[in-house]
Amino acid sequence: MADLLSGALQGYLAVALLLFVVGLATVLLRRTLLMQFMGVELMLNAANVALLAFARWRGGDVQATVFYLMIIAVAACEAAVGLALVIGLHRLRGTTDADRTASLKQ
Amino acid sequence: MHSAWLIPVLPLLGFLFNLLLGKRLGKKAVTAAGVGTVALSFVLACVLFLAMLHAPGHRLELSYGDWLDAGSFSVPLGFVIDPLSGLMMLVITGIGFLIHLYSVGYMGEDGGYARYFAYMNLFVFFMLTLVMGSSLPLMFVGWEGVGLCSYLLIGYDYAQADDVPATAGLKAFIYNRVGDLGVLMGMLALFAAFGTLTIGDILVKAGHFGPQVGFGLLTFATLMFFLGCTGKSAQLPLYLWLPDAMAGPTPVSALIHAATMVTSGIYLVVRMAPLFQMTPVTMTVIAWVGGLTALFAATIAIVQKDIKRVLAYSTVSQLGYMFLGLGAAGFAAGFFHVFTHAWFKALLFLGAGSVIHALHHEQNLMKMGGLWKKMPVTGWTMLIATACIIGFPGTSGFASKDEILYLAYLKSPVLYWMGVAGACCTAFYMLRLFTLAFLGEPRDAHAFEHAHESPVTMTAPLVVLAVGALGAVAFGWPVAFGGSFRIEAFLEPSVSYGATSAEAVVHHGGNPAMLAGISTVLALAFAWWGWSSYKGGLAVAEARAAKWPFLHRLLENKYFVDEGLAYALVAPLRWFGNLLWKLFDVIFIDGIGVNLPGALTRVAGDFTALFQTGRVRNYVLTMGLGALLLLYVFLK
Repeated sequence: MADLLSGALQGYLAVALLLFVVGLATVLLRRTLLMQFMGVELMLNAANVALLAFARWRGGDVQATVFYLMIIAVAACEAAVGLALVIGLHRLRGTTDADRTASLKQ
Repeated sequence: MHSAWLIPVLPLLGFLFNLLLGKRLGKKAVTAAGVGTVALSFVLACVLFLAMLHAPGHRLELSYGDWLDAGSFSVPLGFVIDPLSGLMMLVITGIGFLIHLYSVGYMGEDGGYARYFAYMNLFVFFMLTLVMGSSLPLMFVGWEGVGLCSYLLIGYDYAQADDVPATAGLKAFIYNRVGDLGVLMGMLALFAAFGTLTIGDILVKAGHFGPQVGFGLLTFATLMFFLGCTGKSAQLPLYLWLPDAMAGPTPVSALIHAATMVTSGIYLVVRMAPLFQMTPVTMTVIAWVGGLTALFAATIAIVQKDIKRVLAYSTVSQLGYMFLGLGAAGFAAGFFHVFTHAWFKALLFLGAGSVIHALHHEQNLMKMGGLWKKMPVTGWTMLIATACIIGFPGTSGFASKDEILYLAYLKSPVLYWMGVAGACCTAFYMLRLFTLAFLGEPRDAHAFEHAHESPVTMTAPLVVLAVGALGAVAFGWPVAFGGSFRIEAFLEPSVSYGATSAEAVVHHGGNPAMLAGISTVLALAFAWWGWSSYKGGLAVAEARAAKWPFLHRLLENKYFVDEGLAYALVAPLRWFGNLLWKLFDVIFIDGIGVNLPGALTRVAGDFTALFQTGRVRNYVLTMGLGALLLLYVFLK
């Protein structure tokens, strides 16, 4: 553990953690769906940063790079679907406030 | 005999056909299937009967493999055809066929035609299973099955507004349950004693024992069997269902509640004859119960107003005679009375049905009268049946009843005099019935106007049954009157099954001719009295009822047995049932068992619903905290 958090890896992991916390805070604190969505993307990319940092630390694993590209592709698809949903919701309700779309509670 | 299995299966096919397709295919198809299958069964039964007569030892054992097989216990799926079951088989399919034929006319306008024939066919199937089965469990299947059919057919008019048929059916079923428990207990006791339930094996093994002195396992078993017989064959104390069973259609009363099903108790005793002979205690019980029932029921029949109820009590009484004969070790005599009774009592019921049909469902004797001219065939055949049942010299009833009375005298003179008193009552109430229905002046002009002789499908069975009732005498005639009791020799292979134990009981002593003479002269005197009391209408009888109001009320209300039972047994049971309902059912089962868990689940649900805010951010926060917790747990 101590080995993990020292040396060159430390900086990268700090950036990843920061990105993740910013993303999480955005999802938790903003009520606009679009902003929450961006927060989710941030968290996803934080994970990507950590993944690549570990790959580099283990000695340049090519698999991780390929995997990272895959994740980017999937994230792009997911973003397209998510944005479509947000637009759909806006057309239906006239708002993208997450707290006001709570009809599943009933 | 490869086709023997078809005998019971054909009516079963008729049942399935009528039940599943009968309503769609119409009356003609139902008639063809319902009557045709029983007719075919009868033909096959005749062939099988002849084959049995030529078989060694007069016994055919047909096995169709194992039915149950568990360790050392196995029950074969098989039939035994010997003189006893063969004769029963002929009676069931033969008289059954005639009654099916009669039903075509009697039930012709009924909406439930297909249902009626389906049940009737099912009954024939179960009854044949009962008599042909080679093991007690198979017999018990038939025993329960005929009870079911009896229930279904008594309650045939279940939609009737006053609920009488439905209640009567239920009553018959419940009374029979009490008896059936006895049969089950008897079977278990026999299994404990012999380790097998195949009738032949039991009787052969029983042959190695001597007669039981006192009260042992075998006595218990036979007494339990007899309890079953009192239920199925309507003896004291379980006879109450039979008079109520008259709520069913009249042909049903003739087939099930006179000729066949109610005699299955006698059949059971004769089937197990060697076992019963080894238990003198049971034999004495049977004789006394039979004698008491014969007299008791006959006295009730004297004042009943419903023509079918008179016949119902008459049946109870005649069944009592049969058991009296069995109890006096006259297995052949008792069974002979089953045979003769099947003819003349079926005839009486069908004749009564013909009268009821003609009068548009009028069953009250007080409203009949003078039908002789309008219904000559019914009248003549009823007269023949009446002569048979009162034991008119020369008829089959005379032969079978006097043999029973003679044997009863050898057992105990008291039993003989009870039997004679019962015979006197029989003669009186039968002549009363006949005189009220057919002679004298019509008492209900309107009903009389419309009366007409029944169609040929109804009168033809009457004539055939009348011939049979007279011809049955060919099977036995008291030795005292220069005859030979042929049925005794004929049934010998069945009664001494296994041929090891039952030594032929030698009957001698007394003066048979004199005993028969006494009973016959007395019965004829009472018959004359019955005729002369009612030939001029109801005046004499009403005067007599006014003279002894207490006696009349006692008899008319059947000794208040139903009311007494309602007070002594039904009311406490109902109270207990209510207690169970209010206390156990409502509080424990409904309350603690069902509603309490329901309420707890609801409360738990309401509580957890508080977390369901509908806000995505709350869920994400919870999820994030959960992930942190997991991280902490795993990375600690």
